[in-house]
Amino acid sequence: MADTAEGKKEEADYKRLHSFPLIRHTDMPEEMRVEAMELCVTACEKYATNNESAAKMIKEMMDKKFGSSWHVVIGEGFGFEITHEVKNLLYMFFGGSLAVCVWKCS
Amino acid sequence: ENSNLSTEVGEGLDEWGAAKTLIKPPDQLELTEAELKEEFTRILTANNPHAPQNIVRYSFKERTYKPISYVDQMAIHFSMDGNMILKDSDEGRRQNARLSIEEVISEEAAGEEEAEEAGAAEAAEAVEAEEPPPPRPRERKLANQFNFIERASKTLNNPLSCKPCLIVLQWEIYDAYVEELEKMEKSKEKEKPRAHIAKKEEKRKDRKSTSLESQSDDITKVSKAAKIMERMVNQNTFDDIAQDFKYFEDASDEYRDQQGTLLPLWKFQYDKTKRLAVTAISWNPKYKDLFAVGYGSYDFMKQSWGMLLLYTMKNPSFPEYVFSSESGIMCLDIHSDHPHLVAVGFYDGNVAIYSLKKPSSQPSYKSSAKSGKHTEPVWQVKWQKDDMDNNLNFFSVSSDGRIVSWTLVKNELVHTDVIKLSVEGATMQGPEGLQLQTLGCGTSFDFHKKIDYLFLVGTEEGKIYKCSKCYSSQFLDVFEAHHMAVDAVSWNPYHMKVFISCSSDWTVKIWDHTIKTPMFIYDLNSAVGDVAWSPYSSTVFAAVTNDGKAHVFDLSVNKYEAICIQVVVAKKKNKITHVRFNPVYPVVIIGDDRGHVTCLKLSPNLRRMPKEKKGQEVKKGPEVEIAKLDKLLNLVREPASQAAR
Repeated sequence: MADTAEGKKEEADYKRLHSFPLIRHTDMPEEMRVEAMELCVTACEKYATNNESAAKMIKEMMDKKFGSSWHVVIGEGFGFEITHEVKNLLYMFFGGSLAVCVWKCS
Repeated sequence: ENSNLSTEVGEGLDEWGAAKTLIKPPDQLELTEAELKEEFTRILTANNPHAPQNIVRYSFKERTYKPISYVDQMAIHFSMDGNMILKDSDEGRRQNARLSIEEVISEEAAGEEEAEEAGAAEAAEAVEAEEPPPPRPRERKLANQFNFIERASKTLNNPLSCKPCLIVLQWEIYDAYVEELEKMEKSKEKEKPRAHIAKKEEKRKDRKSTSLESQSDDITKVSKAAKIMERMVNQNTFDDIAQDFKYFEDASDEYRDQQGTLLPLWKFQYDKTKRLAVTAISWNPKYKDLFAVGYGSYDFMKQSWGMLLLYTMKNPSFPEYVFSSESGIMCLDIHSDHPHLVAVGFYDGNVAIYSLKKPSSQPSYKSSAKSGKHTEPVWQVKWQKDDMDNNLNFFSVSSDGRIVSWTLVKNELVHTDVIKLSVEGATMQGPEGLQLQTLGCGTSFDFHKKIDYLFLVGTEEGKIYKCSKCYSSQFLDVFEAHHMAVDAVSWNPYHMKVFISCSSDWTVKIWDHTIKTPMFIYDLNSAVGDVAWSPYSSTVFAAVTNDGKAHVFDLSVNKYEAICIQVVVAKKKNKITHVRFNPVYPVVIIGDDRGHVTCLKLSPNLRRMPKEKKGQEVKKGPEVEIAKLDKLLNLVREPASQAAR
């Protein structure tokens, strides 16, 4: 019992502590990186239960701001091998369980 | 019915008009309330009341007239042909096709595949449904003809790059977060606790890396680019000067009758050398735009530090190399085979070698009190040919009366006294009957260009000694040249017998080293700081005086007076200390006692070559130059030799 209680506490801690966006890989310039990251956070928070809508929002905003064509993948588990335009890739984790990959390739 | 209509009209007018007053037509019927409330029911039908009801036609089948039940009810009240065409009508389609035909042609290649696919699909459908396919599935949109820009451009896209296969799984996300948190914990322990750890952490990292980079590698990485940029900026700001340097030839020289001028070009100055005097200048023998300037002080009451700067004409605003020393620099010389080696003599009697290849501000090699340094200021240094063991070596002359040969053996300067300037018959009676030998104070020397052992030494007493490297105690000859210190002696670059000397006794003298009396004497009305032969003519030399004037002589033009006397310093009190001709370009650099170095261009008259005579080729080369000077000297020599007879 004690174990599970501890586990629960840990889980809560994890959820609380791991909510920040964690950039795993990016080759974007500073300005673009910050903007893209904030956009991802906004989208994931707005559509917390609907990854598809979040991805759509991110894609559309990125298209608007940095020109088409952007591609977004959001999910808890997926694999990818992509070709992207240099300086236009962002791969980050968010909220402890989500991975977001945003890249441009037209 | 009639009244109803008119009221309707009235109401319409009312609405349209501004006033709300009811205007009744004069012939309107007066009706009572009851009559007005009465309802009339009218049914509107599609039947034309004027269409005939009783049309009969003869029926040949039944051979009787029969009424026709179908009557055309349409009545046309108004008709006008418009210029709009229905999109789907045949004509509309035709027009569309006509308008877009060019576009179609251009895009055909791209669209063909799709069209073919679509065509194939349609064909299949058509076969199934046995119906003709819709004539054109994709209608081309008409371009807005009024606000339509046909031109398009594509912005540059970044090259593509492939990201190798990555798989995201929950535990990976978890691990990444845990790792990041641990990192944060550690940094938090190190640093003071902060709010918004994540953000700060990132920022801190960035700042750290940038500051580190800027401290060490970053600048060296871009230093070359920065140097090029600096030169470009300088070339832009001093564009007019650069143009003058390259192309300006003073046209007024033609009318000036052999007189010439000096055109000031760049001025070189550096903050740290404002209070120092230019004590030596030398052009680099390899890089013709580069020159070294030594800074120190000629006032022995105000000795301070010294500096060695190397400027290039490509960047007049900042020196290319900067070296500073504790003692004032009095002289320098650049090695002709190793243009990165600069030999330097200091006020404290030391000599040193600076290497431009080493970034440090300290000399690469330096003499010390142990290794036989001079006891008085070193007035001149000169590189010699490598000795038999191929060691670098140079000579130095100092007021202590010694001339020393310095050889660089295994990173050490080894000294050999070549000669001591003993003054003949001038021994001092020291206390207790000691015989003290007084030594002459050497101030300048120059080595013969061809005869290896021969060299001249000028002294503070005004004598010039002709010495040989072979004899350490005897002089080949002594010239009673000047009444005051000899500031410079210099062999003529072409004529092997001729040398020039200048002194603080206001005179410049030209000598034949085989004759004891001077060939020419020029009084310049002020102490002469330096004199230099020009590299392009045997008869041209420049002298600078303490009153801020530069004098340029061409003996072949005028052997009595200078062909150019010009004040070349900004302020009257500035003394010019040194002058040097550039080996290739028609410019001289002069230094004054306020640390300024000025570059001046010689006007065409100052570098005139012998005139071309008709039908005669102009000879060039050293022989001609020697002959030119010899001709002049013969004029002077003859009376002397006659007198000797």
